[in-house]
Amino acid sequence: MTPPAIQMTGIDKRFGAVHANSAVNMTVQKGTVHGLIGENGAGKSTLMSILYGFYAADSGSIAINGTPSLIRTPADAIHSGIGMVHQHFMLVETFTVVENVMLGAEGGAFTARGAATVRSKLLELSQAYGMDVNPDAVVSDLAVGALQRVEILKALVKGADILILDEPTAVLTPTEVDNLFVLLRRLAAEGKTVIIVTHKLKEIMAVTDRVSVMRRGEMVGTVETASTSPADLAELMVGRRVVLTVEKGPARPGGVVLDVQDLSMRDARGTLRLDHVSLSVRAGEIVGIAGVSGNGQSELLEAIAGIRKPSSGRVSLNGAALDCGGRDDPRTLRAKGLRHVPEDRHRMGLVKPFEAAESAMLGCSDEERFGKGIFLDRDLVRADCAAKMAAFDVRPADPGLRTALFSGGNQQKIVLAREIERDPQLLLIGQPTRGVDIGAIEFIHKRIIALRDAGKAILLVSTELDEVLALSDRVLVMCGGKITGERLPDQTNEQDMGLLMAGVISEQPGQAA
Amino acid sequence: MSEAFQIILLAVDSAIRLSVPLLFACLAGLYSERAGVVDIGLEGKMLIGAFAAGATASLVPNPWMGLLAAVFASVLFALVHGFASITQRGNQIVAGVAINVLASGLTAILGNAWFNQGGRTPQLPSGARFNEIVLPFAESARAIPVFGTIYAEVISGHSVLVYGALALVPLTWFILYRTRWGLRLRAVGENPAAVDTAGLSVTALRYSAVIMAGILCGFGGAYLAIAQSAGFITDMTAGKGFIALAALIFAKWRPVPALGACFLFGLLDAVALRIQGVSFPGIGQVPVQAIQALPYVLTVVLLAGFIGKATPPKAVGVPYLKDRS
Repeated sequence: MTPPAIQMTGIDKRFGAVHANSAVNMTVQKGTVHGLIGENGAGKSTLMSILYGFYAADSGSIAINGTPSLIRTPADAIHSGIGMVHQHFMLVETFTVVENVMLGAEGGAFTARGAATVRSKLLELSQAYGMDVNPDAVVSDLAVGALQRVEILKALVKGADILILDEPTAVLTPTEVDNLFVLLRRLAAEGKTVIIVTHKLKEIMAVTDRVSVMRRGEMVGTVETASTSPADLAELMVGRRVVLTVEKGPARPGGVVLDVQDLSMRDARGTLRLDHVSLSVRAGEIVGIAGVSGNGQSELLEAIAGIRKPSSGRVSLNGAALDCGGRDDPRTLRAKGLRHVPEDRHRMGLVKPFEAAESAMLGCSDEERFGKGIFLDRDLVRADCAAKMAAFDVRPADPGLRTALFSGGNQQKIVLAREIERDPQLLLIGQPTRGVDIGAIEFIHKRIIALRDAGKAILLVSTELDEVLALSDRVLVMCGGKITGERLPDQTNEQDMGLLMAGVISEQPGQAA
Repeated sequence: MSEAFQIILLAVDSAIRLSVPLLFACLAGLYSERAGVVDIGLEGKMLIGAFAAGATASLVPNPWMGLLAAVFASVLFALVHGFASITQRGNQIVAGVAINVLASGLTAILGNAWFNQGGRTPQLPSGARFNEIVLPFAESARAIPVFGTIYAEVISGHSVLVYGALALVPLTWFILYRTRWGLRLRAVGENPAAVDTAGLSVTALRYSAVIMAGILCGFGGAYLAIAQSAGFITDMTAGKGFIALAALIFAKWRPVPALGACFLFGLLDAVALRIQGVSFPGIGQVPVQAIQALPYVLTVVLLAGFIGKATPPKAVGVPYLKDRS
């Protein structure tokens, strides 16, 4: 019997007080696609970074193809035939594809000959696997799908037999995901070993042979994919039974709250980021915006929230025209009943070094209830935060704790509590559950639906297609800054959505509904 | 020959001399910043280099020994900067400022203590300096109008360091864009994580760049003390390190435009020297400071976005830390 491609034994790693990996064992058979799942902070990325030599384990051993291997640096890992495609691509934006691929494998002190070798290898591999990549394209000009192909080719050119992919599908359309999975199956069939790290259960079921599950730094089990189900995996991940479906009754939409007409916006470089976007959201309705990240969803939210100024178009709230980004900045919009849960809570939603009570009142510090005049009453601020924490089940319920020390799900609950509790007419929510654990997802979804049932208008942006379909009463799809179509969630499917997300079909919104 | 032509030739000749220290420092900054380490300490490294060159050449009357000492001292300072900003991941600007302050104080104190000439090093005899080289046929070429005159007046008659500085421009271009080290250097200044995951050492690459900057600043300092002048004078760099930094931004971190920027700033300096005390019809005397401030004014105008866009290397100024996510 052939030895396993990878055998990690007793891997232990601490970062200060955090025990990221405790005595983790993992075995991956050669020629298989192996899934590694777990919630955020379960230690998957740490484990893979140890395998790739990015971090050194405190203890434990690794054997590659049955040979004990000391992997201390990425150079050791590459030498052992391990390649990794990181979640955040490790590419030099100003370089061409060839320069990126040859970095670290230049083949001599001068680059000319190495570049020629890499170019021919690149063409050979991209033809063999049907990966369309222009070797002389500058990376900053490429779309995310192409960047991922470059990363995979980079690993293959360097001779990887074991390929680790960390959250590879986060930036892809459903069709691109399908293509990637076909490629991964093919690599496995040719005897290469593939490890795919993800938190999406559906993908695990679609592509893997076996799957390992981690929870709180420990390996809780490895199962054959064929003999498990998403519900079982979720239970392994969380440690308890979770409801994967969202329960909601039919919407009872009222009058139009948000009306957007022909909204266009150019960025600083002059690129058109929003292209005549029109939409409306009624009271008691959740309108979802689906699409691959970077297709104008962020710009749309930021324009409506008054953070960026659109170049043209009209936005009105409850029939009154707004001058978003001009006279109407986020502060005056808040006063008009518009609340915003930003996509990137670390950049816009919270201040990580602040204590939770301070983060929980960002943008609301002028309110009378926090103190008189220019002074803040710390006791009132903390009491307010404690009340929110109780209502939104934030753990630990300590208003004095630094924001950064809460888990992603609990940070998101703090932001949501701040915005929802101000009784908005319209709530904009970007990526409500990005980096949020399954248990908290359930809770957040329930709160969003409760807000809808209370007759509020909600505009939701998420790159998780399942989430948009589950929560929304109507779904709009964006691609290249345009709305390519509108669907009712129960009258569409993944293929249909995929075509709209890729911009293959584009309809005037409103026709489908 | 017309007098105007003669004046132009003399101005260009003087501009070349004045732009050489800028060029050394500018290319030094280019290596460092292309690798992601902001180098505001060019001034200090040049100054300590100039002092070391002046002091050594006064003891050992050999310009090459002076140059060696300048490089050694400047690299030592570069390593201090590297240790603070690469190994200790400190603030690169603060570390650079510290280098400048340290060099300024140290040269004054040591100069006074060792030579008792108010911070100067002793006047060097001709044999202890890099002297001007008359290129072959320079004298006979003088007879040929225009080209011969340019050859004799402008191209010939500089020290070996001047020709070295000029040769450094194409060499730097080649190193940066055609060698493995150059590729890695540019990569580490743009995205150190990509370099790290490619199995290369970010630390070693950045140190090598900082050392290269030290070597070149040493050359610049030696030029000031033992080629352009005959000894070290207190604070003789007089802001050239900062002008070089401005030239680097002006050149958008590219070697060939760096030559252009340094020459332009050298020319402004030459003009400033020339118009001192000269009264222009209708304007009167132009203050020298007005011309001397021009490099900074131009840089501000550039940074404000009027002359194209100066995009620095993406990771410049950011210490590399493996994020633990």
